[in-house]
Amino acid sequence: MTGVQDRTPITHGIDIESMQRERAGVKLEDETIALEVDKLDLFYGDKKALKSVTMKIPQKKVTAFIGPSGCGKSTLLRCFNRMNDLIDGCHTTGEIRLDGKNIYDRDVDIAMLRRRVGMVFQKPNPFPKSIYENVAYGLRLAGINKKRILDETVEWALKGAALWDEAKDRLDDSALGLSGGQQQRLIIARAIAIHPDVILLDEPCSALDPISTLKVEELINELKKDYTIVIVTHNMQQAARVSDYTAFMYVGDLIEYGSTDQLFTKPSKKQTEDYITGRYG
Amino acid sequence: MSTPGYKSHISSAFNAELEDVRQRVLAMGGLVEQQLVDATRALMDLDGDLADQVRANDDKVDQLEMVIDDECSRILARRQPTASDLRLVYAVIKTITDLERIGDEAHKIAQMARDLSRQERLNHHMMETQHLSRQVSQMVRSALDAFARMDAEAALSTVRDDVKIDREYEALMRQCITYMMEEPRAIRRVIDLIWCVRSLERIGDHAKNIAEYVIYFVKGKDVRHTSLEDMEREVLGSP
Repeated sequence: MTGVQDRTPITHGIDIESMQRERAGVKLEDETIALEVDKLDLFYGDKKALKSVTMKIPQKKVTAFIGPSGCGKSTLLRCFNRMNDLIDGCHTTGEIRLDGKNIYDRDVDIAMLRRRVGMVFQKPNPFPKSIYENVAYGLRLAGINKKRILDETVEWALKGAALWDEAKDRLDDSALGLSGGQQQRLIIARAIAIHPDVILLDEPCSALDPISTLKVEELINELKKDYTIVIVTHNMQQAARVSDYTAFMYVGDLIEYGSTDQLFTKPSKKQTEDYITGRYG
Repeated sequence: MSTPGYKSHISSAFNAELEDVRQRVLAMGGLVEQQLVDATRALMDLDGDLADQVRANDDKVDQLEMVIDDECSRILARRQPTASDLRLVYAVIKTITDLERIGDEAHKIAQMARDLSRQERLNHHMMETQHLSRQVSQMVRSALDAFARMDAEAALSTVRDDVKIDREYEALMRQCITYMMEEPRAIRRVIDLIWCVRSLERIGDHAKNIAEYVIYFVKGKDVRHTSLEDMEREVLGSP
């Protein structure tokens, strides 16, 4: 017989109160806030894509945005490092504050902002360079060229992205030779190499197979110890698995935002309930 | 026979959640076991204080049931468990219901012990009741051990024990009836004792249920409401 475990009757020290506190779940009010969205409107030309979105993104937690296509979840995510600036005719009103500072202020250095708020896209987009150079890229851009520091950071970032064991013997090989799942973890390594505060993930697993997906999800679970993570996903189950907080959006409105436990077990809005139970039509 | 590897998911958080819920069931089991031991001791010694303690602790059992239930629904909502994971969560949800019921029966025994402690001592049948209570406690323990190890064969032997308990119960009932006919003055007290004996027998049934959930988890086969022979065939794989 395998797996024999002793069962010692535990009659004392059952801390029911702490279990009940845990049962009450995480609360946004108890969190330190990393990003604060305040009455954010976003227009693509005349079309309003985000309607007065107000929310707080907690620090060192995973926050997921879910909702049907076109609901504005990716648009909102891209606002956090001003990727929308690149789109013609796109303008915003309202504020997004990172550590109390509105990132849409005129004096904000966008390159600096994007160093603090990294982004990973749907499809892995490694540079046609070696694995090592992909991770070191951001550092070189920041003017760091000392080999020792680069070596250390590359190793640290690859370990952080759970790719070190698979990549350590082939650091000089082209990154394009990695599998899709490995490439996506490489992109995450590239993102964390420059020590951002926030990592934005835009459907990071939609091009991956189920096992690679679970590996990336496990990585997200590890990364949240050090980073604030915001993830957009089409896959509700993924949001349920990886996130601490979930926001449900619908045609530019933030319908419901709360702890993932609460949102997936007893959503307060009927629209949320219909969407997560597949009754949305 | 190996235990399904509920600790080997890629997601370490999922592993931790399943292990946590399992540990809590065992903690609840330990508490219920202690409640049963205390309740029967209160009955044997006619110890009103111990009986009160059992009644006070029943609330903890109820709270644990709610906490674990909540955790299970959270796992179902967030992890969408499948195969052995699903069976584990399912077995846990069912098991804690039976554990809570065992707690309730222990609570009832404690209540009777409280009442009997205020009356003249009944010497007849106490020995037999004590014997039955030992057997029942043993059965609860072996059901929980089977759950802890997810051991279908151990669970099967727990199910077999229920037959003995039922026989013992019948014999004890007959004795009680005879005694009441002989000694009408004692009827009130004997009835109180009969309630306890009945509770013990019910606890045996709940322990049997828990054992059946263990078999369900390990073998993936619902063996409730089947004959012992069918169950043996399922677990031991004999023709």
